[in-house]
Amino acid sequence: MDLSQALEISSCTDPGMVRSHNEDSIAADGANGLVVLADGMGGYNAGEVASGMATTVITTEMQQLLAKVKPFEIDPESNKILAARMVREQVLKANASIYHAAQTQPQYAGMGTTLVMCLFYDNKALVAHLGDSRLYRMRDNVLKQVTRDHSLLQEQIDSGLITPEQAKHAQHKNLVTKALGIDPTVEPEIREYEVKTGDIYLLCSDGLCDMVEDGDISMTLEALGANLKLAAQQLVQMANDNGGKDNVSVILVRVLREYPAARGVMGKFLGWLK
Amino acid sequence: MAKLILSMDGLVLKEIPLTKERTTIGRKPHNDIQIDNLAVSGEHAVIVTILNDCFLEDLGSTNGTLVNGNPVKKHFLQSNDVVELGKYRLKFVGEAPAAAATAEKADFEKTMVLRPSAMRAGADQARAMGAGAAEAARAAAAQHVAATATAAGIADKDNKAVAAAAMPAPAAAPAVAPAPVPAAAAPAAAPAARSSHPLGAIQIMTGGNAGKELELGKPLTTLGKPGVQVAVLTRRPQGYFITHVEGTNPPTVNGQAIGTAPHALKDHDLIELAGVKMEFFIKS
Repeated sequence: MDLSQALEISSCTDPGMVRSHNEDSIAADGANGLVVLADGMGGYNAGEVASGMATTVITTEMQQLLAKVKPFEIDPESNKILAARMVREQVLKANASIYHAAQTQPQYAGMGTTLVMCLFYDNKALVAHLGDSRLYRMRDNVLKQVTRDHSLLQEQIDSGLITPEQAKHAQHKNLVTKALGIDPTVEPEIREYEVKTGDIYLLCSDGLCDMVEDGDISMTLEALGANLKLAAQQLVQMANDNGGKDNVSVILVRVLREYPAARGVMGKFLGWLK
Repeated sequence: MAKLILSMDGLVLKEIPLTKERTTIGRKPHNDIQIDNLAVSGEHAVIVTILNDCFLEDLGSTNGTLVNGNPVKKHFLQSNDVVELGKYRLKFVGEAPAAAATAEKADFEKTMVLRPSAMRAGADQARAMGAGAAEAARAAAAQHVAATATAAGIADKDNKAVAAAAMPAPAAAPAVAPAPVPAAAAPAAAPAARSSHPLGAIQIMTGGNAGKELELGKPLTTLGKPGVQVAVLTRRPQGYFITHVEGTNPPTVNGQAIGTAPHALKDHDLIELAGVKMEFFIKS
């Protein structure tokens, strides 16, 4: 089923004001309802390699898989909907290829990447993430952070050691506790959410949320929601105006209408008519 | 490392790192930087690099070598100097001495991974000492790891950041002093910076709201009628900009349609949007 009529996607990525190169990678496939964002780490250009591998492997593997099976189909092994397993397996594939490259090629040793991705299907959004790249959702003019960072800071907030307010000024914002390509295996956090028409989803690297307050992000999406491309550019520009200390990447997805899965012969026929 | 950026007519052709002690520039192919253009002499110039200093020397070329528009025979290159050979420009980008000083700061921003195994090592030891102290020790261990990671980051910016961050830090666990909250390292620059930007406002001149004044204190303010014509005014360090958001026609500034790109606003610019005229001015 082609979702390009149901989803409007706009993205923007920028090296920021301080760094010479962009270690973030983004990929979007509107037809398959797939968006992927990765923020790479590692010396020289290894960060770019890791994030580039993550987005490429996941999108190409997902595209091949989606051509054969549909995410809403039931998995005969577990009797659950296939989507989560599909996404998890592709994430693991990306992890394996990055890990392998890092182990075999000395110039890539120690590289890794964060990940946040969304698969839209059947009026749902399946979200997988690792590290401190985030997904936000704007619904009825309220901005909510959907993912919880896998970072030292988040753990400290959770254990009550520091308040979210103190966290903004913390020294070690950059330490993530989970990432793609660091260990031979990894467990991405995968969750599923119901989607409403009019929702705007924002995937971003820490270059945005470290530099721009949630209130300002919310204001931008509220004010410029009508022009998604402009909103994406505005967010990146705000991060750069505030110092732009890190690479900044954003992907915005707006749900234009419902996209129920076309089940059975009748559904396929109706889907084909659209 | 210092480098040269070769460009012609504003088009960047390539970047050349100055790795050798002598980097020759000329038309003939044996030069390190070959510029195949008749305005360039066979052996035109040479850049001699001694430690971090680079010297440009003209080798008696026919058409001469310009640095920042002035002809030179020998010149001590400074960062951002522009060397001109005929139509070709070589921008010299030196090794910023500040880079070393800011490396520490920059590395703080760099994302690094912290393996849970390292956290657990600290936490396990702490648990053995008593549950109450566990959290503090965990934080202490974590901070130690963080410090190690940063230290490693400074010493060796490239590959080792992740590996060092993953190093277990059992030594830090016994230190059960209440973990000080790591605070005030990098105060959020945004609000402070924003208040120092000049404050602008618009005065509405026609329509039902004529005479009203609207202060533009927020980073962005939308104007117009949704679905008909909307524009956004953004407040940036460089000043205020107006950008077309939606509607078939973009707004006009001083009678000129602004197109789709952001348009910088000047004091006393006249904006017309959705049939309403308004004036932009700087308040402070």
